Amino acid sequence: MNAIVNISRLLKGKLAKTGLSSFKGGVHPPQHKLESTTSPIRSVAAPKHLVLPLRQHVGNVSKLQVAVGDHVLKGQLLAKADGQVSAAVHAPTSGVIASIGNQLIPHPSGLPDISITLEADGSDQWIEHQALDYLSMSKPELLDHLREAGVVGLGGATFPSHIKLREDARHPVRTLIINGAECEPYISCDDMLMRERTDEIVRGIEIMRYLLDAEVCAIGIEDNKPEAIQAMREAVAKSAIAIDVIPVPTIYPGGGAKQLIKVITGKEVPSGRLPTEIGVQCFNVATAYSVHRVVNHGEPVISRIVTVTGNVDRPGNYEAPLGISISELVQLAGGEAEDGDLVMGGPMMGFNLPAADVPVVKATNCIIVPSAEMFPEPEPALPCIRCTRCADACPVNLQPQELYWFSKSQNLEKAREYKIFDCIECGCCTYVCPSNIPLVQYYRYAKSEIIAQDRAKEAADIARERNEFRLMRIEREKQERAQKHAQKAAGAKAEAGVDSAAEAAKKAAIAAAVERAKAQKAEVVAKNTEEASPRVEAEIAKIEARRAHQPEPPVQPEQAQLFAEQQEAPAASGTGQADGLQPLSKEKQPTEEAK
Amino acid sequence: MNRSPYLTDAPSVTSIMLRVLLALVPGIAAYVWVFGGGILVTLALASVTALSVEALMLKLRERPIRMFITDGSALVTAWLLALALPPLAPWWLVVLGTAIAIVLAKQLYGGLGYNPFNPAMVAYAALLISFPLLMTSWPAPLALAETQLGFIEQMQFIFSGALPTGVALDAVTSATPLDYLKTQLMLNHSMEEIAQSTIFGALGGQGIELIAAGYLLGGLFLIQQRIITWHLPTAFLASIALIAAIFYLSDASRFADPAFHLFSGATMLCAFFIITDPVSGPTTPKGKLIFAAGIGFMTYIIRVYGGYPDGVAFAVIFFNICVPLIDACTQPRVFGHEK
Repeated sequence: MNAIVNISRLLKGKLAKTGLSSFKGGVHPPQHKLESTTSPIRSVAAPKHLVLPLRQHVGNVSKLQVAVGDHVLKGQLLAKADGQVSAAVHAPTSGVIASIGNQLIPHPSGLPDISITLEADGSDQWIEHQALDYLSMSKPELLDHLREAGVVGLGGATFPSHIKLREDARHPVRTLIINGAECEPYISCDDMLMRERTDEIVRGIEIMRYLLDAEVCAIGIEDNKPEAIQAMREAVAKSAIAIDVIPVPTIYPGGGAKQLIKVITGKEVPSGRLPTEIGVQCFNVATAYSVHRVVNHGEPVISRIVTVTGNVDRPGNYEAPLGISISELVQLAGGEAEDGDLVMGGPMMGFNLPAADVPVVKATNCIIVPSAEMFPEPEPALPCIRCTRCADACPVNLQPQELYWFSKSQNLEKAREYKIFDCIECGCCTYVCPSNIPLVQYYRYAKSEIIAQDRAKEAADIARERNEFRLMRIEREKQERAQKHAQKAAGAKAEAGVDSAAEAAKKAAIAAAVERAKAQKAEVVAKNTEEASPRVEAEIAKIEARRAHQPEPPVQPEQAQLFAEQQEAPAASGTGQADGLQPLSKEKQPTEEAK
Repeated sequence: MNRSPYLTDAPSVTSIMLRVLLALVPGIAAYVWVFGGGILVTLALASVTALSVEALMLKLRERPIRMFITDGSALVTAWLLALALPPLAPWWLVVLGTAIAIVLAKQLYGGLGYNPFNPAMVAYAALLISFPLLMTSWPAPLALAETQLGFIEQMQFIFSGALPTGVALDAVTSATPLDYLKTQLMLNHSMEEIAQSTIFGALGGQGIELIAAGYLLGGLFLIQQRIITWHLPTAFLASIALIAAIFYLSDASRFADPAFHLFSGATMLCAFFIITDPVSGPTTPKGKLIFAAGIGFMTYIIRVYGGYPDGVAFAVIFFNICVPLIDACTQPRVFGHEK
């Protein structure tokens, strides 16, 4: 039976045709990339007013290095990386620090985060900077430079790149994959970058390869970008190192890191693990470009290419200084920016911006100004008819219809068992659902609920341990008191000259105290939950958590989502071609990496 | 606020259901050709009943009537039941059966998407147990009948049970090939003798094989339209063919050949339209193969050794019960996981 299933997969996979592997599922949404690729990348002058969140990356909030009133130069460090899993923030132009405080940031939670407001002085004056002679530096030194320059994955995941570029003796990187797939509709910033900054990207790849000492290096580009493929092919031919340009089939989410790795190498990144475990590391083309700017020009990451498209007069790609208001960018493109309307990212994984005047951050790859026709309101949802179109479309081979059922019925343990944390939230299931069920919403909700419950349980466990410790301490003190008492009594008797009797009495007293202690301890154990079933324990944990926190209102999906994202580092939601498209390891990764 | 994806590209439930109805048309056309226009009356009766009962139930359950009445699922159930019933079944049997399907087997479980059993098969089984005589008396194909009833006469028979004067009931009915085979084999006649009867055609029953071919055609259309996948029909037909071949090869004088089983009774209707009901079926690719092969096996056993005219309904209901188990045991390997 396995054979039959496999044969059908093979037939679908078109293995023979391309020599590439494939992943199951995927969809073919309309591209809409042409609109934004007809004109070259437009450079955007620094605006008067810039807002720079201190957390534009996955990991620790950067440490502030300036104070209100300071005058800073373009490229000057504003906040440095706090530890390994962090990235620095720099001034995109020269000017004065006007304020430091909470500002709305482009994040689906809609919550403010600590940000620096910079008023430009108009002179756009660079700080002194120079290219690095990287070949004469040690690799750790070079990596530190990347960290200090604020290099993060620009595919959308914004994971600090220096960590991924560190050599790891346990998992040497054999294959370096550069992700130029850009599978999400509408987005074309990587496409245009590959067309126009081709040589610079190759220079960046050379540095990355040098750092990782990879044997093989390949750039995966979806075959709907013939210009980029052609340009990259010409550029790699001139490179001193061997780089393969590999056109991959256009299929969403073929630009997901794990999907692209599968297509190019035929290997699957094990669930919950990093690609390095199979000897692969993957970076976005724009990340390679910023590595080049940092190393060969000494320029930190202070701008990025942003696709502005949709309902605008001049759709295209804009090289925008970080911190510029998105509404300003939209106006530059000839569009109207209305609050709650704009979408950051692509139509499959993007999100509605909380306001139009939030700043461009390192994760901002695309801004879509939608019209009612472009993204129509979803039809009312019907019940699931188990048609399994979602299962056929799922690139991770999940059973979305089951996950939906478990999420909806709050059967979270089952959802976990059916591997909900392997869901990459690509949206393919929702895209094909005849019943118009917002499936991904349910999964986001279930995931955040599970995470919240796990946290609550952890907190409850700690509280219980503390309580046990406290009871033990009280017991010990009692015991000690009893001992002292006995000693005193024994001393009094010894004075009377009945030594042996005193000894006996002392022993008896101690024995009695120990006995009492044992009895009390047994009571304590009985009162406790050590022997309770896991279910009861979970129940208790829940109750304790509820007591510990303020009373919780009934959780709505949106609220739960909000909660989860509040807890997580506000990295922008990954786009299809995110550097590290691994929602489940988001939390795990930093600690793992930090080792 | 994250409500992505903003794009969708999915056929509506209504359009899926309508295409299923469309796929039934070749089979229905063949049906009319073989048994006369009476089936159209039965279909109409079932349709009207299904829609009215569904609307009534939705109203009682305080669900949006318009949204659910237009999803088309009630019509699909109605048509499948109508096509499974004997042609010229009395009107009240059709109405009762359809009501059972919609009220008991569908709406009481929660309506669209919530029925654990195939509604048409539940209704069929209920009628078969309650009215065995009516449910097993089939009219002869027109080509074989002593007296051919016209459309009007068929309609009269459906509504009043009255035949034209001078026409006896025997003149319009005949045993179905499956029944005939069973009784003749019990009388110790050999397959060769039995096959001489005019009720057998080239592959299955005379005329019935044509209807089966119509369903096959419609089924291929559904696969082409990606409304059903190949898994269920292929596994089901292969399973019947395989088990029939084993018995046939072991004793050709006592068992019919595989082609007969494929083109008789409700085999083709079952393969492409009954077991492919997504709501009451399994969802994993492997699960679909097991489910369909199991129904095929059981259908054959009931057909050959059971007391019922065809085994499809009971086999389907039995395996509907097994669906949660089958699904749980056949979860596919998730990307990045060892099996």
